[in-house]
Amino acid sequence: MNETIARELKDDVSIVLCGEAGQGIQTVERLLTRVMKQAGFNVFSTKEYMSRVRGGSNSTEIRISSKRRTAFVNRIDILIPLDKDAITHLACRISEKTLIIGEKEKLGDTGCPVIDVPFTKIAASVGGIIYANTVAVGMIMGLFRIELDILNEFLGRFFHAKSADVIQKNKEAGAKGYEIGVNLSRQGKIDISVQRHPGVKDEVLANGAEFLSMGAVAGGCNFIAAYPMTPSTGILTFMSQHSADFGIFAEQAEDEISAINMVIGAWYAGARGMVATAGGGYALMVEAVSLAGMIESPIVISVGQRPAPATGLPTRTEQGDLEHVLYSGHGEFPRLILAPGDIESAFLLTQKAFNLADKFQVPVYILNDQFLADMYYNMPEPDLSKLKVERYIVKTGKDYERFGFTESGISPRGIPGYGEGFVDVDSDEHDENGHITEDFDVRKKMVEKRLKKMGSIMKEIVPPELYGNENYQSLVVGWGTNYSVVKEALEYMGRDDVSFLHFSQVYPLHPDTAGYLTRAKNLILIENNATAQFGKLIKLYAGIDIQNKILKYNGLPFTVEEVVYYLNELLQPHAEPAVARAGV
Amino acid sequence: MNANPYDMGKIDIAWCPGCGNFSILTIIKQALAELNIDQEKLVVASGIGQAAKTPQYFKCSYFNGLHGRAIPPATAIKASNPELTVIVHSGDGDVYGEGGNHFIHAVRRNPDITVIVHDNMVYGLTKGQASPTSDEGFKTPVQVNGVFEEPFNPVAVAIAMDASFVSRGFVGYIKETKELVKKAIAHKGFALVDLFQPCVTFNKLNTYQWFREHTYFLEDSYRPDNRIEAFKRSLETEKLPLGIFYINDKKPVFNDNLDIYKQDKRPLFERTEDRNGKLLEVMSLMK
Repeated sequence: MNETIARELKDDVSIVLCGEAGQGIQTVERLLTRVMKQAGFNVFSTKEYMSRVRGGSNSTEIRISSKRRTAFVNRIDILIPLDKDAITHLACRISEKTLIIGEKEKLGDTGCPVIDVPFTKIAASVGGIIYANTVAVGMIMGLFRIELDILNEFLGRFFHAKSADVIQKNKEAGAKGYEIGVNLSRQGKIDISVQRHPGVKDEVLANGAEFLSMGAVAGGCNFIAAYPMTPSTGILTFMSQHSADFGIFAEQAEDEISAINMVIGAWYAGARGMVATAGGGYALMVEAVSLAGMIESPIVISVGQRPAPATGLPTRTEQGDLEHVLYSGHGEFPRLILAPGDIESAFLLTQKAFNLADKFQVPVYILNDQFLADMYYNMPEPDLSKLKVERYIVKTGKDYERFGFTESGISPRGIPGYGEGFVDVDSDEHDENGHITEDFDVRKKMVEKRLKKMGSIMKEIVPPELYGNENYQSLVVGWGTNYSVVKEALEYMGRDDVSFLHFSQVYPLHPDTAGYLTRAKNLILIENNATAQFGKLIKLYAGIDIQNKILKYNGLPFTVEEVVYYLNELLQPHAEPAVARAGV
Repeated sequence: MNANPYDMGKIDIAWCPGCGNFSILTIIKQALAELNIDQEKLVVASGIGQAAKTPQYFKCSYFNGLHGRAIPPATAIKASNPELTVIVHSGDGDVYGEGGNHFIHAVRRNPDITVIVHDNMVYGLTKGQASPTSDEGFKTPVQVNGVFEEPFNPVAVAIAMDASFVSRGFVGYIKETKELVKKAIAHKGFALVDLFQPCVTFNKLNTYQWFREHTYFLEDSYRPDNRIEAFKRSLETEKLPLGIFYINDKKPVFNDNLDIYKQDKRPLFERTEDRNGKLLEVMSLMK
């Protein structure tokens, strides 16, 4: 085999599987990430896929690393193409250092050096081409020189519902692949030195949608109504599958309008509810968000962003809906927008969202995206003992008034059937007991009452996180899921004059924002959208216009490499302020 | 009569003098009192329109939501707390027009709620446009040449979808309608009362007299257990039948299908038990 592809890998290997939808990439991803984690490796996976059930070119990147890595990298260390199109699809990410392992017979002439491993033939020799995925997984295990026992034990568990014969054949397929991997490794085709950590084995491996859902459970969520829409469907799926476990009402509504009106009705009757949707589905919910604002209903709204307008790129990622969620809903009423940076934050912030919604009686958003929803990595079990479900429902007395005026603007929230009072809510302007009114004086007081809640909300804003040196010269500003990619880029750059300020609550903006920003000589904003929406928010609420911007809106998340590249460009001494538009 | 616990006494009511809604208010208050519904456990959901103001005018808990969207919150309220009696009051434009999709899917879900549709075949609150149930030829400032679409037939649609309780009333017959409403509320499952009600201001066609002349009561011998027969009756247009067209009490009720109520009958708000143990169990399967 060609000497040029023999290479030395450090402690961070990026494996990419690419093929048509329906070829089993997801199965390999599931198998490989789990078995690697079982072996004590940190694993991270992210997928990019087309909006189709069969065909096309989809790829999954799996990073196996000594240190926990949770960002997308451009580089491919090991590529397993399942068809010829895979090479074309990933051409710009393949370098002379990429080790391509595949079936030459299937791939034909790719113009790249390929290590030929006939997965299908091997699988057929074991008992059927269906085992090809397991051969591939075995081979990668072999490359990493992981004990075969771990694979065997894992396959037994993974396929426990299948017959003993199926399990046995998978084991045989795994062993054959494993042997090839070990041989490749012995021949010096690849040298991997990723460290294993025994503790990783006991960590939880799940994706963003699952962790977000578990956060909802930890926040006391017991009601979800939603309409399936990528990338939010995973949340409805998780909640439905665990409906009996946790006592969650989970309903696929006839449309998004019904979904959100159901959830508002559920809060009214004492449940803790959420909707999960994408930008387009959220657009249908907007009138009801205004209803929640008017009747001061708590609600948790998860919006998974994907490139728009309209149907856009249904299965891709973007941070294009910040202004959409911020300004949606007619009229003036308070709201709160949380934007988790990673899976752990998705868990914690969603948990918190339910308490905040209940406490302030306002819509609380979990603004996430396809990148977050679909990424998997291992993380330690969250410490649940620190998390409390805060419930603010009161028992009503005979003269209960749902919208009674208070100092803070927050009226004690009663529910029907708990206490002697009537709980009356009205989408019309109403008086303290919830009855329709057109009295101008009451109107004025009610507007002020609702807006006054912002004062209490401002006291509980999740502070931005500063990563890096306190005494920075340059400050990178980002929000939501650019968290890990910027952190890793800065770590790679190793400059102690550049720090990163990450916001996981984007509205209202934390009062310290201006302070952080004015301390920097140079500011660089990074957003996964085309118009720097968060930058506009900063300008509006912190009074600072960030000139340097790195924007990406081709449908893919930022890669570590491009963040490094553009940061270096913009950080050059005497560089003019510029807007970098990433992506090919 | 004046000892009705739902009565609010002298209040300002936004309906026009002579509006059919006044009779509906009387009917619903009497029906509720006679049924001995626990007043603290009653919720009336409504949308927007003149009909949707009904819960403002009697003592009850209410959720006066968005136009066309009364049924989803009503379904959710019942699903969150099965101990509540949930009634929807809204108009034909609200339930059959703006909220048509919810109407259809509520029939499918079969939640234990009663939907009383004040059907006056016109849009009152927006001052006289056609509604989904307006008759062909009905002229309005918007339908200047008259309505040319066939009116929506809610009774036929509900029967076609095997709704569990389908009925029609006319407010001109207070006693009969009250009995109808009582049966609808007592019914376990989705109960539709399509309730004819003249709009004295904007509908000069479908007047009290018109309804008297164009309706008749389903005869005593009529049995509402035959879907085909019920459907046949629902298609009659010469004279519109009143009464209970169809009952299917074998249809599973929404809450009974829900996992959350299989073991535990308590309302959701009472379930404050710690779920962390279970959550850890679920997480352990992801290890």
